[in-house]
Amino acid sequence: MMRWNRIAAVGMLTTLCGWAGAQAVDPVQVRGWASTCATCHGTAGIAQPGMESLAGVNKDEMVKKMMDFKAGRKPATLMHQIAKGYSDEQLQALAAHYASLKK
Amino acid sequence: MKRRQFVQTAGAGSVLGAMGMVTGCATSGGSGGAHVVVVGGGFGGATAAKYIRLWSDQSIRVTLIEPNAAFVSCPISNLVLGGTKTMADITVSYDNLAKRHGVNVVRDMVTSIDADKRTVKLASGGELGYDRLVLSPGVDFMWETLPGMSKPGAQDKVLHAWKAGPQTVALRKQLEAMPDGGVYALTIPLGPYRCPPGPYERACQVASYFSKAKPKSKVLILDANDDVTSKGPLFKKAWAERYKGIVEYRPKHNLVDVDAATGTLKFEFNDDLKAAVLNVLPAIRAGDIAVKTGLATANKRWCEIDFLTHEAKAAKNIHILGDSIQVAPLMPKSGHMANQHGKTCAAAVVALLTGKQPNTLPIYTNTCYSFVSADEAVHVASVHRYDAAQKTMLTVPGSGGVSSAANELEGGYAMGWARNIWADTLA
Repeated sequence: MMRWNRIAAVGMLTTLCGWAGAQAVDPVQVRGWASTCATCHGTAGIAQPGMESLAGVNKDEMVKKMMDFKAGRKPATLMHQIAKGYSDEQLQALAAHYASLKK
Repeated sequence: MKRRQFVQTAGAGSVLGAMGMVTGCATSGGSGGAHVVVVGGGFGGATAAKYIRLWSDQSIRVTLIEPNAAFVSCPISNLVLGGTKTMADITVSYDNLAKRHGVNVVRDMVTSIDADKRTVKLASGGELGYDRLVLSPGVDFMWETLPGMSKPGAQDKVLHAWKAGPQTVALRKQLEAMPDGGVYALTIPLGPYRCPPGPYERACQVASYFSKAKPKSKVLILDANDDVTSKGPLFKKAWAERYKGIVEYRPKHNLVDVDAATGTLKFEFNDDLKAAVLNVLPAIRAGDIAVKTGLATANKRWCEIDFLTHEAKAAKNIHILGDSIQVAPLMPKSGHMANQHGKTCAAAVVALLTGKQPNTLPIYTNTCYSFVSADEAVHVASVHRYDAAQKTMLTVPGSGGVSSAANELEGGYAMGWARNIWADTLA
């Protein structure tokens, strides 16, 4: 299901780790941002049929996916339009939030 | 001392009885926490009620006052008119708000609000105290703009079906009863109105039904606006290609009166029109309770709020959500948006009641699907972010957009969206 270039991904991960150490976003603010996703992807990241669950995702994979949506590298019906609404840092924080939730 | 006690007056028995059930429940947060009253169990109010419970770790007591026995979804209700969904498909119980989240759901209606005393009066006669009030009353119709609609029986004959429920069923019956060859006329008010693409989706759904069941019939759209207000090219393509000869779109038709007895529509600048089935969407404003309480500070029609907290500009401790608010630029009046309001408001209410600073950067997404046939849908999406300088929500540059074309994949996503927003709001 998830096809991506491993070399590009490694480069991305290095960048991400560098960022993650640099600053922390208030978890209550992140919880608020994450609730914008929950409308379609489930209150605790467990979706109803027809949408993808986000709970327990691999953080780096979700960041990669969102960055690909944002850059138009990954085909989508609307996620490319939504992803552009968030900064790279916000997408990082959202991915970390959903990665921390129980599947 | 922030916490307020219930003020018992004659007739409050049912409310207190309901409270009793909740205080007996292990997840209710006991009787010691702050108390939030939520008025209205639509997408905004129900979401706020649930998320205040979740985000306060169930320490804040929440009473939701809602007159209807169950939630009936406006999104997808046009498919009931088209005949491919039933009322059961769009009806969701309030039970999970009580069972899973300990929300005290009270079937009643708020008749007045005392912002100084922080109390609400209920139609049943009771009175409730609150620390903070969340008001999500939806919209009411400006019948005064269509004098003929106040004549006896007019509103039973000429339907809006712009609040999903009994009128949805009644309008479907009118369409079924209409002889083949008849005209269904749909009038659209000047924006802003609830659900910008909704009327155009409705035209598609009725046309879809006509194309199968009564192909000589017509759908006539009479729009007060200068052009289709949402997803214009996508809807126009559907009308020109799928529903050629069935749908006719006429812009700049501002309805000024209706003669229900003769089935006549009267316009500001255009000739009168008669049709077999009239479906009139009147101009709307914030729900009556908000207007009556003096909260509709924008043209006495919409409620201005602080977008960081959703607190009303006109009253402390009252937070307003959903279609009643004076919107930020490019913010639609939609169920998805009301769900997002509910969460920003819930986070702010929890912060304020626990002595913390509300979040400083709210973000909203909006996704709205419209079915152009029984199976194919189109969407419009946007992302809105708080702008501290302008103190409003602005769309994020470069974000958002519409479908490239109607497609079945998005028809599937549209139903997935519906199941998920219903669950996020109510389960």
